[in-house]
Amino acid sequence: MDRIPILRMNEFLLVTIQVDMHDRLAMTLQDDLTEQIVRHRARGVLIDISSLEVVDSFIGRMIGNIAAMSRVLDAETVVVGMRPAVAITLVELGLSLPGVRTALSVDKGMDLLRTSFHGTPNGAS
Amino acid sequence: MTRSASRLPDILKQNDADILRDWVKEQLATLRPEAMSESSLREQTQRFFGLLRDAVQSGELGDITGPAWTGVREMLTDLSQSRATFGYTPSETAMFVLSLKQPLFTRLRQDVGRDAEALADEVWTATLLLDKLALFTTEVYQKGREALISRQQHEMLELSTPVVQLWDNVLALPLIGTLDSARTQVVMENLLHKIVDTGAAIAIIDITGVPTVDTLVAQHLLKTVAAARLMGADCIISGIRPQIAQTIVHLGVELASVVTKATLADAFAIALQKTGATIGKPAGR
Repeated sequence: MDRIPILRMNEFLLVTIQVDMHDRLAMTLQDDLTEQIVRHRARGVLIDISSLEVVDSFIGRMIGNIAAMSRVLDAETVVVGMRPAVAITLVELGLSLPGVRTALSVDKGMDLLRTSFHGTPNGAS
Repeated sequence: MTRSASRLPDILKQNDADILRDWVKEQLATLRPEAMSESSLREQTQRFFGLLRDAVQSGELGDITGPAWTGVREMLTDLSQSRATFGYTPSETAMFVLSLKQPLFTRLRQDVGRDAEALADEVWTATLLLDKLALFTTEVYQKGREALISRQQHEMLELSTPVVQLWDNVLALPLIGTLDSARTQVVMENLLHKIVDTGAAIAIIDITGVPTVDTLVAQHLLKTVAAARLMGADCIISGIRPQIAQTIVHLGVELASVVTKATLADAFAIALQKTGATIGKPAGR
């Protein structure tokens, strides 16, 4: 597999990273995601990294970059499902991802996005 | 050198009852009376003396690491480890072996007393042997103590970092005692795993029980907060005493990115507000 699938859910995009990231994959993801945000005029991006067990400084920076790029394109990024070990590693690496919103699970991340766009977690605007 | 010449094996064999009696008497004189009952001491001494006597018969008086001394070494290991656990002092433990000198030397003098040179040789051999055994005892005792200390340290680490659930989605982490790097690591891991387990959205870190906050402790706290944020949980630091608030400002520690409250109650109120829960008195009171 040389691409990470990007799922569209109404005005949000859902990226689930199920495999171990390597650098090429990360670069492809950046390209694909920015393109999809523009094409679907997405307003929010959920990145689910609950299957990610290993991170290095590159991947950490890449997540930060994706968030920054999305913000430029007026889409909010929420990183969800980070594992404790990954969180500790990122903090020790000095990458605390400022400006990236986080949530414990996809559900909660979705609520967060809906709340910030519609004011209610149910999506009834 | 003294392998064949020494009379030690014979002396131990012939006078065993006398030596044993004197040895027990010697130990009772030096040992605290409350430390061990006479009967169990006698039993211990008798068992050890038997093993020692058999080992000495092998003729290997210069080297206690050999196979002939296995029984003696095992017995000494058991003895010093149990004494380490029961809080004996190192000298009391070493005295167990060293107190054999007096009765043994007395017998030696009786046996080869006429020949001063032979007596000196025999005493030297016996001293070497007993010193080696005593050193071995002390070494094992020390190891036993170290194992005890490290186990207690570990237990303390486990004990001192509970994560409690205060409400739906609200966790509290009451920290007590000084925070060092090792402890922070444990605290951080406990908290993060608990966040995953309970799905909590807010964690309150209460530092009422932390005696001093220096730059290192503050940095550890901030790291914990950052890691929890990455997982999707907000942190509130509470229990900041006036003295600590002053220290933090004097040290120039930047805590602006974290919500801080003076008491756990205030932090809890904020947490409830953020999670959308309310507590109030029943109407009509």
